[in-house]
Amino acid sequence: MCFSCFTQNFWNLLVLGLADGFLYALVAIGYTLVYGVLQLINFAHSEVFMSGAFAGYFILNGLIGTGSPHGLSSVAYVVIGIAGGACGGGVIAFLLERVAYRPLRRRHAPRLAFLISAIGASFFLYNLAGKEFGRDAVEIPAPFTNGPVFSIFGAQVTTYYIVIAVSAIAMLVILDRVVAGTRLGKGLRAVAQDAETASLMGVNIDRVVSQTFVLGGLLGGAAGFLFGLNTGVVYTMGFTPALKAFTAAVLGGIGNLRGAMVGGLLLGVVENFGAGLFGTQWRDVVSFGILVLVLLVRPTGLLGERLGRSA
Amino acid sequence: MSLLQLVDLDVRYGAIQALSAVSVEVQQGEIVALLGANGAGKTTTLRTISGLARPWKGSVLFAGQEIHRLPPHEVVGLGVGHVPEGRRIFPQMSVQENLEMGAYRRRGNLSQDMERVYALFPVLKQRRRQDGGTLSGGEQQMLAIGRALMSDPRLLLLDEPSMGLAPLVVETIFSIIEQIRSSGTTILLVEQNAVQALQLADRGYVLENGRVVMADQAGVLLNDQRVRAAYLGEGAA
Repeated sequence: MCFSCFTQNFWNLLVLGLADGFLYALVAIGYTLVYGVLQLINFAHSEVFMSGAFAGYFILNGLIGTGSPHGLSSVAYVVIGIAGGACGGGVIAFLLERVAYRPLRRRHAPRLAFLISAIGASFFLYNLAGKEFGRDAVEIPAPFTNGPVFSIFGAQVTTYYIVIAVSAIAMLVILDRVVAGTRLGKGLRAVAQDAETASLMGVNIDRVVSQTFVLGGLLGGAAGFLFGLNTGVVYTMGFTPALKAFTAAVLGGIGNLRGAMVGGLLLGVVENFGAGLFGTQWRDVVSFGILVLVLLVRPTGLLGERLGRSA
Repeated sequence: MSLLQLVDLDVRYGAIQALSAVSVEVQQGEIVALLGANGAGKTTTLRTISGLARPWKGSVLFAGQEIHRLPPHEVVGLGVGHVPEGRRIFPQMSVQENLEMGAYRRRGNLSQDMERVYALFPVLKQRRRQDGGTLSGGEQQMLAIGRALMSDPRLLLLDEPSMGLAPLVVETIFSIIEQIRSSGTTILLVEQNAVQALQLADRGYVLENGRVVMADQAGVLLNDQRVRAAYLGEGAA
C-alpha cells in the first residue's frame, strides 16, 4: 500500500474516477430500469454496450476515415458517434427483449430460465461480433484531438473527460425528465409499482417493457461508444465494464434510478482511489469487493430498491 | 339491450375451477351486486370481465361485443373501469398522478374530468400533491374510485369498496356510488357487506363455490331466508 501515491494523485484519481463513474452510471441505468419493471437482471446488457461501441466505430470510420477533424466538426462527430452508439445499443436491447426474454415471460418461465437465456444471448452476441468484426481490437477514428483543457489542483482535465461528463450529464437529465414527466415515464413507473393495476389503467405492459429495454439500451450503447473512444473496440469489451456497472446499480439500490447514477459515480471514484492506494492491478478487486460487501451488508443498496419514484 | 353479459363462464386456475357456468347480466344504468363468501368467485368474475383472467369456456359481451379475448389495457379503452380489490393505488405517485394514470388511454384535456373527481371527493383535491401511499384507507378507496372514473367508463367494476373501512367512511363511499350511478355510469359491485350492498343495488347475484345459486331483485334477496342465514349472520330459524 502506498499512501503517499494516493495523496499525491488525489485530484487526478478523482477526475479519472468521475469519468469512469459517468460511464458506469449510464450502463447501470440499463440494469436498474429493466430490474424495476421486470425484477430481472439483464445479464446480456454487456453486449448492448459492446454493440454501441461497434456502431459508433463503423459510423465514424465511414465518416472520418483517416482525417483529423477539429472545431465544430469535432462536436458534430462526437454527437453522431454518441447517437450511433445509442441506436446500436437500443436496437440490440430491443431484440434481446423480443428474442431472449419475451417468449419466457409468455409461458411464465422460472427465474433461472431468464438467467440462462441472458447468458446464452450474451455468448451468442459477442461471439457473433468476434466472428463478423474480427478478434482484434480496432480503434475508433478520433473525432477530436485529445489534450488537457484545464487543470484543477494539478489534475489535468482532458477533452475526452469533458466529452464524457457533458454528454453523460445531458443524457441523465433527459432520462430523468422522461421518467418523471412523459406518458412513457408514467407507464414505466406504474408498471414498476404494480404491473397488473397498470394494465387495468390501460398501460400495454409489453410495450412499456420493450420501451424500457430500448431506453436502457440507448444509454448503454452511448456509453459503449464513449468507452471505446479510449480503449478501442473489441468483441469481448462489454464483460468487465458491464459487470462493474451492475455493481454500481446494486450499490445504489437496484431498481432505483438516482441510485444507479450515484452508485456509478461512487464506484468509479472508489475504484480509482483503490487503484491509487494499492496499485492499478487491484482496480477490479476493489470493485468486485464492493459488490460482495454490498450484497452481504446492505443488499438493497444505498438508496434502496425503488423505480416507482418520480426520480 | 344489456350492457354486460356473462354467458356460461368457466374459469380455472390450474386444476382449480374458480367459476362454473356463471351467467350474469347487467343492464344499462343498473347497480348490480355480486355477493358471496370468501372464495366464492366474486373477484374472479370481475377479473374475467376486465381481461385479467381468461375464461376456459363461455363469453363476456360488453355492449354486444365479445371482449374475453382482449388484454386488460384494451378492455379499459372500451369503457370498463375496474377498481380492484385492496384499492391498489400507486403508492409512490402523487394523488394527481394516480388520477392521470386512470386516463392513460385518453388524449386531450382532462382538467374537466379531474375537477369532476375532485368535486366528488374534495379531500383528494387537498391531498393532490401527496403520495398515494400516505393516504388513509378511506382516502385510498376514494382515489381508486376516482382513478377508475378518469377512464370515463360506461361500466364501473367495484371490488369490495368497503373492505377495512370505518362505518362512517363506508356510508360516504356508498352514497358516492349512488351519485356515480345517477350520473349515468352502470355499476357492478362485489361486496361482503351484503346488507348495505343490497340496499343500494337494483338486483343481486349470490355466488357459492363458483356458481350462481341465486339471482333476484335486491329487495327480494334482502328478505330471503337463505341469504339472511348465510350472509347476514342470522341463524336459519
